[in-house]
Amino acid sequence: MIAVIDYGVGNLFSLTASLKHVGADAIVTGKAEDLEAADKIILPGVGAFEDAIAKLRATGLVSTLDEQVAKGKPLMGICLGMQLLFEKSYEYGEFDGLGYIKGSVISMREAEDPAKRVKPDTKVPQIGWNALHIVKDDVLTAPIKDGDHVYFVHGYYADECEDAIVAYTDYDVKVPAIVRQGSVCGTQFHPEKSGNVGLSILKGFVENA
Amino acid sequence: MLTKRIVPCLDIRDGKVVKGMNFEGVRDVADPVEMAAFYNESGADELVFYDITATFEGRKLFSDVLEKVASQIFIPLTVGGGINTLEDFDRVLKCGADKVSVNSGAIKDPTIIEKGAMKYGDQCVVLSMDVKRVDGSFHLFSHGGRVDTGIDALQWAVDGVNRGAGEIVVNSIDTDGVKQGFDLEMLDAVAARVNVPIVASGGAGCMEDFAELFKHPGMDAGLAASIFHFKEVDIMDLKRYLSEQGVPMRV
Repeated sequence: MIAVIDYGVGNLFSLTASLKHVGADAIVTGKAEDLEAADKIILPGVGAFEDAIAKLRATGLVSTLDEQVAKGKPLMGICLGMQLLFEKSYEYGEFDGLGYIKGSVISMREAEDPAKRVKPDTKVPQIGWNALHIVKDDVLTAPIKDGDHVYFVHGYYADECEDAIVAYTDYDVKVPAIVRQGSVCGTQFHPEKSGNVGLSILKGFVENA
Repeated sequence: MLTKRIVPCLDIRDGKVVKGMNFEGVRDVADPVEMAAFYNESGADELVFYDITATFEGRKLFSDVLEKVASQIFIPLTVGGGINTLEDFDRVLKCGADKVSVNSGAIKDPTIIEKGAMKYGDQCVVLSMDVKRVDGSFHLFSHGGRVDTGIDALQWAVDGVNRGAGEIVVNSIDTDGVKQGFDLEMLDAVAARVNVPIVASGGAGCMEDFAELFKHPGMDAGLAASIFHFKEVDIMDLKRYLSEQGVPMRV
């Protein structure tokens, strides 16, 4: 069983429908015992980092999540859910994340290092389909091929996480698109909105993570 | 590189797809769920569903259709028509929409843009505008393109983005249904003033019209309805053609 964490952030209709579509037995839950009983956990999320991490902490689920991750249970973060897996975010301030993956989250437009910013006339957030460049074998990328397109909606991206990058996409800067550290993985894009490629990635997680 | 998007638009009335010429004389085409599946297989990058019913029953049918589509089709879905309040946002998002398009609702109360953006994020709010030339300037029209509001459309676009609209659909009433190409002059004028994705609507008649559109750097997506519905242009052929022309496409 796959537990999709419900912490009041975003809309889980498409995610649960897509998991069902690839044959997963998924539940949407805010209960610690469900995370303990689940084979795998998905952390979704849309919106701003500060608000999301505050809401996630307010559920009281983080200590359970820490335990499950320490035990090696597969966890996948999606979009903002992926960003929450990192140590820190600099979205409108500086906030601690869950720290499961080494690295931080920075702004495409206002990163401190000018080399890490997109060009001034590039539209932010990045909204649309962009190509994946796969740099490492992974259960998530096994069913897809280099150059496949997936659907992104984001204005911030993961930084200083070179070792964790499984696939990236180009948007003036190198944007980590799929990351992994141990049993914890994440996608910056929305697999549940990325057509057949996205469904294959979810299936990879559901069946082989 | 981010690809350019090809977006079929489905106008829905009483649970069925319809399409008018110059907004009048609508006729039935097909079942929206079947059409959505067909477009997904053809490589559509996103689907727009426009609810053109005004009745309670029609709205309920629309929600049912949307939910069915979102349970089977896993690409971005934008929903518009009858969006006046945050409750309307909530209603369609719960049925599986990813983006919500406001048009007349924003003319009645522009604060709906910032309320939607505050609650769901800029990326969720699409400002759709029907625009027509009047005495040498671009006017914003309401009521499905029938009533001149007298509002300057270019300023309306700028204000909408400042309020938090994350994308703009520019529908040219002058070129809609004429099939002689997109209204590039109007589109360029909007694109020069805002820095959010622009979706061009109104006027596409053939594949070359899309190639012309994407020669203009500010354009992110091309939207059309009848030419796709009546299979005058096949989306897969269109995307292959554009890709050969050097336009970044998901093929």
